[in-house]
Amino acid sequence: MEETVQNVQETQNVQAGQIEQAGKHEEMPECETMELIMESRSENEEFARVVAAVFASRLDPTLEELDDIKTAVSEAVTNAVIHGYRGIAGKIWLSASVWEKEHLFSVTVRDEGVGIRDVEQAMEPMFTTCPEDGRSGMGFSFMEAFMDRVEVVSAPGKGTSVTMKKKIGR
Amino acid sequence: MEDSFVYEAKGPTLIIHLPKEFDHHNCRNLRYETDLLMAENYVSRIIFDFTRTRFMDSSGIGVLLNRYKQMKAGHTSFYGACPQVMRVLKVAGILGLMRQYESKEEAIYSREV
Repeated sequence: MEETVQNVQETQNVQAGQIEQAGKHEEMPECETMELIMESRSENEEFARVVAAVFASRLDPTLEELDDIKTAVSEAVTNAVIHGYRGIAGKIWLSASVWEKEHLFSVTVRDEGVGIRDVEQAMEPMFTTCPEDGRSGMGFSFMEAFMDRVEVVSAPGKGTSVTMKKKIGR
Repeated sequence: MEDSFVYEAKGPTLIIHLPKEFDHHNCRNLRYETDLLMAENYVSRIIFDFTRTRFMDSSGIGVLLNRYKQMKAGHTSFYGACPQVMRVLKVAGILGLMRQYESKEEAIYSREV
């Protein structure tokens, strides 16, 4: 029974072709990853931030660190729903990694929406393309305030990818 | 009911009881609702109640700022903020705009506006 449990744990991170070796007590990979694909619905903003926080919890973060991750992920997913897809249906990819030894958490939120023409401008505090909707324009500022690093890759018509990293337990 | 806004009027004071998850999803109808309410009633002061709220992001800040702009300076306040909400309010600079109270009663009966 004990050995079966171990097999299952190890195969989670092993490529299909290497499964037969899984029982041989190989070292666990240093980084664990997860991926979630969801529809660009506003309901999924909560779902995404909770999933990211639960995944990050294996680094044993404080409640405050978990709140930071939730807030940052919420901002990125909300941006994808509102600005990336502008309310139309599309897919949002959430992928996250944890490095247990380094106590590092990384999360990427990607969409295939309209993209951003001027990333630098979009990241300015209070800048928003739709002030009439009562948007605060603070999304990127929040991501930067609550995470250690924020990287945005985007181009018009090519979608947007936001990667955020945070060191846990300082 | 949990994730909707509940309004309470005390004379010209409007208390807005905010939802558990105060994010874009739950903010979508607030603007229209509050606009309607404020068009039909005289509102000179707004108090935001965060006691149910466990999470807020910049979409919530957008709602707060919108209402803040409609009131005279010092006529918006809040109470019941949990640590996550407090951090977000702080980062957004709301603490410099709105007064914080310990309870609903304190917020309503405070002479300082």
